Amino acid sequence: MAASPDKLADGLLTGDRRSIAQALSLVESRGEGFRDLLRVASSRTGHASRVGVTGAPGVGKSTLISALTFAAREQGLKVAVLAVDPTSPYTGGALLGDRVRMGEHSGDDGVFVRSMASRGAQGGLGAAAGDVLDVLDAAGFDLLLVETVGAGQVDVDVAEEAETTLVLFAPGAGDTVQAMKSGLMEVADFWVVNKSDDPQAEGVRADIISALSLHDPPDDLDSRVVLVSALSKAGVPELLAGVVARSERLEDSGDREKARRRRLHRRIVSAGGELLAQRCSAADGLVDEVVSGRLTVHDAAEALLGKPAGDGERAS
Amino acid sequence: MNRKIRVLVAKPGLDGHDRGAKVVAAALRDAGMEVIYTGLHQTPEMIVEAALQEDVDVVGLSVHSGAHLEFFRRVLALMREQGLENVLLTGGGIIPRQDAEQLMSEGVGRLFGPGTHTSELADYIRESVRGEGD
Repeated sequence: MAASPDKLADGLLTGDRRSIAQALSLVESRGEGFRDLLRVASSRTGHASRVGVTGAPGVGKSTLISALTFAAREQGLKVAVLAVDPTSPYTGGALLGDRVRMGEHSGDDGVFVRSMASRGAQGGLGAAAGDVLDVLDAAGFDLLLVETVGAGQVDVDVAEEAETTLVLFAPGAGDTVQAMKSGLMEVADFWVVNKSDDPQAEGVRADIISALSLHDPPDDLDSRVVLVSALSKAGVPELLAGVVARSERLEDSGDREKARRRRLHRRIVSAGGELLAQRCSAADGLVDEVVSGRLTVHDAAEALLGKPAGDGERAS
Repeated sequence: MNRKIRVLVAKPGLDGHDRGAKVVAAALRDAGMEVIYTGLHQTPEMIVEAALQEDVDVVGLSVHSGAHLEFFRRVLALMREQGLENVLLTGGGIIPRQDAEQLMSEGVGRLFGPGTHTSELADYIRESVRGEGD
């Protein structure tokens, strides 16, 4: 049914939209040839800025992404959006509804929107998110906007995949102590307070600044805790300009390269985890060995992985 | 390997009766599918563009406005134009039987009316996609 990985790779590099869409599916479902496709795509990555948008459900992530897309198009940037929604742990199904707020970009060839289900991954993104972003990067988009699932406090994976992370807040969701908690607050490069027309929005911004100032405040706090209205787009072009300026600074200082290496390290480990999970189906046979007392659980685990050479009876 | 069935559920045109589309979207989600829900007021062009970007297996339209002949024909024509011949176009709403039969003879899949059990729809999609795919 689908085209071969080679053909998809060719189409992808010329920006053919159907090839991009099919390549994304191949990579996401780990279909036959996905590694070959990624080999081609990976050699063409590094051009796009990757910006993550995260925050609790309902704070306005999709609407902000739509507004950022609009602002980026005004500047002639080509934009791809990856919007992640949760997969049900019970049925494996998912309702992907982020396109509802992105209709205004339909018909614009410089915008590509793809919805993705988290498929059991914890942390707010799907397991294949990094690979999917590589494909979009190779397809020639300038700006990749990644929307996480409605995030809880420790869903911080987006900060591992994106070079700039926007954490979005909305009025009415707690006091200064919430802003002092660990997790999401710590991964932000920009703290964005949405719904700026709400009378409480300014107070939320003040709370965030106050919490961040308690200890070793980040630089430029004033310009990094920002008020926007995603719906009316007020403040959004300024936010985009701040993000772009930050990317340029990172590039110049060499920090962008360092961050990229950290990201790749993490992805190698995570790809290893995936292979391990596949191999674990072989654990069934080892259960008998453990039941009969020939192996302990830990022996069986080592047998599963193939014992590393010279790492036998190590004293602990 | 881990390929899930992906379904786009859309409501073309101006009618605002999205209860049916939401019931179907939720039911297909609960049947283990990935459902991309686009909401109300979609043009055929928007629907087919979304189907292409999302690489779906199925497009489901909900039409209660009486304009089903126009919408299904236009969406089918655009899908063929974009090379989406392998994508199943199905749907439902208030569609007289002779119109449904006419559309099916033109290449649209089964169309479902009021009173259909959602499991019937899920089974139909599963059979169509799996049967055709490989």
